[in-house]
Amino acid sequence: MKKIYLPLTKVDVKRLKPGEWVLINGFLLGARDAAHKRIVEGLKAGKRPPVSIKGETIYYTGPAPKRPGEIIGSCGPTTSSRMDPFTATLLKNGLVGMIGKGERSEEVISAIKKYGGVYFITIGGAGAYLSQKVKSANVVAYGDLGPEAIHRLEVRDFPAMVCARG
Amino acid sequence: MTRTVDNRLIFETVKRLCLKANIELREDVLSALKAARRKETGARAKEILGIIIENASIAKEKKLPICQDTGMTAVYLDIGQSVIVKGDLRKAIEKGVAQAYKEGYFRKSVVADPLIRKNTNTNLPAIIHMESVPGRRIRLRVMIKGFGCENTSKTRMFRPTEGISKIEDFVVESVREAGSRPCPPVYIGIGIGGTLDKAVSMSKEAIFRPIGKNSGKPHVKKMEKALLEKINRLNIGPAGVKGGITALGVSILTYPTHIAGLPVAVNISCHATRTAEKTI
Repeated sequence: MKKIYLPLTKVDVKRLKPGEWVLINGFLLGARDAAHKRIVEGLKAGKRPPVSIKGETIYYTGPAPKRPGEIIGSCGPTTSSRMDPFTATLLKNGLVGMIGKGERSEEVISAIKKYGGVYFITIGGAGAYLSQKVKSANVVAYGDLGPEAIHRLEVRDFPAMVCARG
Repeated sequence: MTRTVDNRLIFETVKRLCLKANIELREDVLSALKAARRKETGARAKEILGIIIENASIAKEKKLPICQDTGMTAVYLDIGQSVIVKGDLRKAIEKGVAQAYKEGYFRKSVVADPLIRKNTNTNLPAIIHMESVPGRRIRLRVMIKGFGCENTSKTRMFRPTEGISKIEDFVVESVREAGSRPCPPVYIGIGIGGTLDKAVSMSKEAIFRPIGKNSGKPHVKKMEKALLEKINRLNIGPAGVKGGITALGVSILTYPTHIAGLPVAVNISCHATRTAEKTI
């Protein structure tokens, strides 16, 4: 499988083939429902997100707490379509990549094409397996949201399939 | 003769069952996944089934939850009518759930109010079902179900004159519409009959039945087999990468119903179908 490295440039995105599996390496942001809602409400009110999303890849996940001695708890993907209403705004504000599971709305697919983004899926329900691909994890914003806080995750050879790209 | 059971035993049992269900994949589910890997012809689908099987062994070995979505915990009790529980039964169940989620480092996914949405940080409350049955024993069962698959559940009140083929179409359509969101290969629980709530609760309970064990009613068994075949022709496949194994099994429960109605509920359970039980 081909290895790819974050952050992804527009040129990197163009080189990805839909249907192709890749191993993702580097730093991404972990965020899901509540964080998306808060970021987008902020952007609409003219507030900057608590962490920059420019050039970033967001992994839709809400990890389990880590056991002592582990880096992170189980951390599989959550259903991407719940993030659909917020995605076009994030892409417009510089987000490049998304990793989750399941189909996206037509609105999201056209926003991906328009802004040159990319959507990957990974293996839902394989949270224990995927946790072994995470090399560091920290909460970087919205700590009050508990499992829905924004995490900074460093991954090594994290498997994902290219679903749609700009 | 009555039998007295201390609520501490209920607490301990619920705690153990929650830990076990979240960490150790059911034997029947694991065997069904292994059989699916043998049967699946696509290389990618085979590989994904391999990762799902590896996930189960990593979880067991490292005591990690099989999936980070450790659900809103459902606890089912069948209480023998000769049993007297010493102490508060409901509190003991909830304490067992909370303790397991703390000790197991499981995610707390429950919000106190569906509209205000503040996390309770304990995974409480649990969903508790209690039935009174003859005898001196208590059967405890827990079901851990993530919301990726829970959100794809469907209910329809059919006309009584609509028959089996309409119901089958509805089930197949529900699975098609769910796509890869419920984490296929899935296990399908279906409730037919009763009232709206009875059909839904049967569709949940159907998931406790071991995969591969069909209904004892010949016409229902026939439906289970026909549905499994139709669903596996949808070509959704493991994780949605296409393939011949979209579902591992179909389990239907039925109940008498009203002359004017035919309620049907479809409950899709992910490949991490997690339940555990013990009788005390």
